Amino acid sequence: MRYLDEYRDPRLAAVLLERLRGVATRPWRLMEVCGGQTHTIVRQGIDELLPAGIRMIHGPGCPVCVTPLETLDRAMAIAARPGTLFTSFGDMLRVPGSHTDLLALRARGCDVRVVYSPMDAVELARRHPDRHVVFLAVGFETTAPANAMAVLRAAGLGLANFSLLVSHVLVPPAMTAVLDAPGCRVQAFLAAGHVCAVMGWTQYLPLVARYRVPVVVTGFEPLDLLEGILMAVTQLEQGRAEVENQYARAVRREGNTAAQEAVRRVFRVADQAWRGVGTIAGSGLVLAEEYAAFDAARRFDVGRLVVRERAECIAGAVLTGTKVPTDCGAYGTACTPRTPLGAPMVSSEGTCAAYYSAGRSAAPEDEGAVP
Amino acid sequence: MNAADPTDGGCPVPGRERSRVLLGHGSGGRLSAELIGEVLLPALGAAAGDGPLEDAAVVTSAGPALALSTDAYVVSPLFFAGGDIGCLAVHGTVNDLAMRAAMPLALCLAYVIEEGFPIEDLRRVAASAGAAARAAGVPVVTGDTKVVGRGAADGLFVVSTGLGRRLDGAAPSAAGAAPGDAVLLSGTLGNHGITVLSTREGLGFEADLRSDTRPLHRLVEAMVTAGGDALHALRDPTRGGLASAVNEIAGASGVGIEIEETALPVPGPVRAACELLGLDVAHVANEGCLVAFVAPDRAERVLAAMRARPEGRDAVRIGTVRDREPGTVWLRTAVGSRRVLDMLVGEQLPRIC
Repeated sequence: MRYLDEYRDPRLAAVLLERLRGVATRPWRLMEVCGGQTHTIVRQGIDELLPAGIRMIHGPGCPVCVTPLETLDRAMAIAARPGTLFTSFGDMLRVPGSHTDLLALRARGCDVRVVYSPMDAVELARRHPDRHVVFLAVGFETTAPANAMAVLRAAGLGLANFSLLVSHVLVPPAMTAVLDAPGCRVQAFLAAGHVCAVMGWTQYLPLVARYRVPVVVTGFEPLDLLEGILMAVTQLEQGRAEVENQYARAVRREGNTAAQEAVRRVFRVADQAWRGVGTIAGSGLVLAEEYAAFDAARRFDVGRLVVRERAECIAGAVLTGTKVPTDCGAYGTACTPRTPLGAPMVSSEGTCAAYYSAGRSAAPEDEGAVP
Repeated sequence: MNAADPTDGGCPVPGRERSRVLLGHGSGGRLSAELIGEVLLPALGAAAGDGPLEDAAVVTSAGPALALSTDAYVVSPLFFAGGDIGCLAVHGTVNDLAMRAAMPLALCLAYVIEEGFPIEDLRRVAASAGAAARAAGVPVVTGDTKVVGRGAADGLFVVSTGLGRRLDGAAPSAAGAAPGDAVLLSGTLGNHGITVLSTREGLGFEADLRSDTRPLHRLVEAMVTAGGDALHALRDPTRGGLASAVNEIAGASGVGIEIEETALPVPGPVRAACELLGLDVAHVANEGCLVAFVAPDRAERVLAAMRARPEGRDAVRIGTVRDREPGTVWLRTAVGSRRVLDMLVGEQLPRIC
């Protein structure tokens, strides 16, 4: 298949690995930011092909995983209200809240549906004027434009029975938080290609300048990742710290300005809680005052939510890359995709689920202290 | 009489409602007999069994091992490119028998129909089941028809049961795979599951896709002729896909299985849909292919026999049975690394981005 097979060519992969072996003289730790990249790395076993000493640390870029438990509990409280038609992307349905999950609510008779686009939810609202349609709007800069367009469309149609439950997160503040975390081991980033396709890559220039850390905008196919790793290691070996763009076939310097404009119209930047990580200043999006009528959190008073996080889950440490899933006592025993304790075991992009489905049982050996 | 006659004293008998199934069609009375006599039985044509409609069919067989299988079909939507719930119910059970190297002798079909279901749709389904049974050369010897209240079923469910006779010379079993066996796949992956998903959700991939639903017993017959007792295990990768099928064999046989990712035949539109939705093609359902575990010395002969049949035209070798890590299936990835190929957990849920 075009645009896929050429990025999965085993011979080219061998060439890139050979070049990487030629370049790497010391151990380095790289973080791939996006859960989609983690998924490819673990599914294809790319980290196991890398030269000894080159370690991948899995980043916080799984939208399902970082959605706060409080938002999930609120989603379930709203979904359980009579007259609600609750819509979501598929992989949010199985994420455990404090007490239940959306699939279980559906089995109990609540109207919970999977949609493939927020526009489908708007269409449901148009077709069901007697119901209130709520869309669970989670994700990074990648999904924000479509959610913004859904609000603009609902506003254009004059729909009073449509709203979003928003939990939008932004990548650059999260990368800053990772670097500021005590014990941070990350020496270079593979930035999330699809986020950059929307936002461009200039937003990483301040980060690179302040922390002297290489950032390589990277795609999601095996060869993308190998090339991104090679570019990052080359920068580290040469003592450079720059923003480079491996994913040039999708990412322009300025990004998708029309999409950015839609996001700017509908949302404003706010402080945001990340599940397992905590609140990061300026790291989220909330609906702008002008579109407050489309904010499900404001429209539906669900009372006080008693949020209960599972104590044994180390999702926060996994999300910030200080631990790997196999460091967790519950991994593969109390916590499996069938009985997840935390969100990273649920989403196909979650690090724990990626490890589990690839059959990983023991942590790779530590390569020693960071130089 | 155009409507219930209020003068006849009893409950109104909606005898002239011909376009929809009524609760009364499931009452076991005249309406039930009409539904069977006018809609379901004629659709079977020559595949209908002889004699009166009995509660159970007695099937005589002289000596050889018999196989019996049953399955309930609740697919939504009922009609999809390449098939419908009717032919699916026939093919599914014929194929389940074939996985034990049994040729179908007789089928039973039971319909559970929701009140209000269009008779015309029932005709189409029944005709499709009849055509599939005739094409497979298997009579439908008995059945059942129930109608349930609106909301108690999703339109139509079909249950099919099949009796089969095992071919001489082969006794494939889920526990039969042995180290060294070649793993053969008879056709391309994902066609049925993606077609049904795409049709149900209106995703637009179905324009380029068809379900692969088809009977596989003649393919198995050819494989038995070519391979005999070298055919150690057969499994059709239906719900749960290839991953479930090979994991079940690995577990039941106590062997490890290694699959080559690059050898898996996946049609372009299926791959496109899986890439877009974040689905693993190894978890997607199939209804017209099988996985075979064959002793290495006869694997090439069996493969050639498969390819000589239309339903095995795309047959390929996809892996090897190992004597290490029993119960585990490994996938050699496109870039030359290795990972466990696990079974799907719960529902297949499309990802966010």
